[in-house]
Amino acid sequence: MSQFRYSFGGDEHLFVEVSQEMSLDAFFLSMSACAELRRENVSGVTEVCPANASYLLRFDPDVIKPQELLDRMQGIEERIRDAPKVLSTRVVEIPVFYNDPWTNETMMRFRERHQDPRSTDLEYAARINGFDSIGEFIAAHSGSLWFVSMVGFVAGLPFLYQMVERSRQLQVPKYVRPRTDTPKHTVGHGGCFGCVYSVRGAGGYQMFGITPAPIFDSAQRMSYMQDFMCFFKPGDIVKWKPITRVEYDRDVAAVEAGTFTLRVEPVEFSLDAFQVDPQGYNNRLMESLYA
Amino acid sequence: MLKLIKPGLSTTIQDAGRPGYYHVGIPLSGALDQYALRLANLLVGNEEGAAALECTLLAPEIEFGGNMIVAVAGADTTPKLNGTAMPLNESFPVRAADRLTFDFMRSGARLYIAFAGGIHVPTVLGSRSTYALGAFGGLQGRRLIAGDMLAVGARTSRARVGRRVEGELSVSCPKEQVLRVLPGLYDHRLSEEAVESFYADTWTVGSEADRTGYRFKGGRPLRFLDRTPPFGAGSDPSNIVDAGYPYGSIQLPAGQEPIILHRDAVSGGGYATIGTVISADMDKIAQLQPNNKARFVCIDMCDALAARAAAQRRLALLREALQR
Repeated sequence: MSQFRYSFGGDEHLFVEVSQEMSLDAFFLSMSACAELRRENVSGVTEVCPANASYLLRFDPDVIKPQELLDRMQGIEERIRDAPKVLSTRVVEIPVFYNDPWTNETMMRFRERHQDPRSTDLEYAARINGFDSIGEFIAAHSGSLWFVSMVGFVAGLPFLYQMVERSRQLQVPKYVRPRTDTPKHTVGHGGCFGCVYSVRGAGGYQMFGITPAPIFDSAQRMSYMQDFMCFFKPGDIVKWKPITRVEYDRDVAAVEAGTFTLRVEPVEFSLDAFQVDPQGYNNRLMESLYA
Repeated sequence: MLKLIKPGLSTTIQDAGRPGYYHVGIPLSGALDQYALRLANLLVGNEEGAAALECTLLAPEIEFGGNMIVAVAGADTTPKLNGTAMPLNESFPVRAADRLTFDFMRSGARLYIAFAGGIHVPTVLGSRSTYALGAFGGLQGRRLIAGDMLAVGARTSRARVGRRVEGELSVSCPKEQVLRVLPGLYDHRLSEEAVESFYADTWTVGSEADRTGYRFKGGRPLRFLDRTPPFGAGSDPSNIVDAGYPYGSIQLPAGQEPIILHRDAVSGGGYATIGTVISADMDKIAQLQPNNKARFVCIDMCDALAARAAAQRRLALLREALQR
């Protein structure tokens, strides 16, 4: 009995909503369905796009009939429901210069589009999440792990979901009206989702800091982007590492010199084990990153 | 070689597109009017998906560095070679120092200029199409500017002067279009009156109409049903937990101006989509100018597939007419 909601997007897309609301369970089911479909290597399927609590497929209806694809995906839904929820993935450390001058300068140009024009984004975020200082907020942001639950909107842009119990998740609404500018590599937040802006441009997420790490580069200059021009994949696990201005400048120089690297560690993630003891599990994941 | 003397309003190199990377936010790109691209390419003996110039609203002025065979298809305009009117939909020769200019587009928004041999720029992820937001593809990932020089490949044995089509096989650019939509996605979030009025009203193309999407205005505001926002969705009733956007999907931020995403789509976001324009009607959108009109018609998958088959038959007729 299907629990996912299936809907065609014109004659070339199948959209599947795993859940109306976001959760790690929904994200895992979406990823599993997409992984299973990719393994089956079905002729006529041209795009397989997991995203948060849903997924989107693009197909050629002259190669595979819409109903055939729908039937296949409903079959996959049945099979993955009871499958073990594990994911071969990696933990990645992303340096973040929180409260940087560039996002601060940008937010000052768009203050009238913000919920609280008299606060900075970090001050507002800290306050509405019950923290006494932005330092405490930054500690909460960088102290937990985040799953990349979607890559998109524009090339290589990751959306991230915090791996803590729902009651502890940081939540900050997007700007009332979006900005027309955001610095490239801004680390941001909207609703319950984090993000990193892969290119400079318009955006409505709150801005917390900036990373020196390139994450999208069509010239593939960094060692960690030799395989592909986009660094992030859905399923990546991110640890934000607060850095100082001095460290940021050092990292930017290393990027220029072509020597900048990221700390990346492959891991096998088990959702069941995580849900038994989220904090303990995350601590073990972080240990493996620094082992 | 050819040189851009004046770049036009927005001229980019486009081909059949760059499929396979939407899962990381890299869209299909490619000519917004795929039929017009293929027509122009076949007229000059190119493989139909070859790289050509896509010119938007105000076409460029081009100076040629050598002999070439050229064809123009798409929007209704008059090409002029050294001031002399040339036909649309017919391949013609050019020589070194010749200049090609265009009158304004009487109707239609996009013109395709194909050169025998195709435009020679590097491929990125298998395509020569320009993806401006990602700043790659085409010429340095950007629209063309005055002074740009482009190389053209070797023409094929099918390249000849005087290939032409007319009538049914040429591109028509009416100022009001009917766009067929498969309803679905999140349309259950709309009130019944909103669904009715969306399909009943005539909509006007706004000035924000580009390769990413077309914004429409003028119809009645569309009410989303109230609900407690699901965890992860924004608080406006038109918000959803961010999800993927099909090409041709229609989103309604705050129930106001519908936006139809096209080939440079953002791959997902937090606004409810209420249906998707069928593949057979995507070329029509590409030829709408700001202030042109559109009406939306609700159809089912059966009709969508029939429309697709009809579009493919037309393309087959085109190939048959031009591949001799």
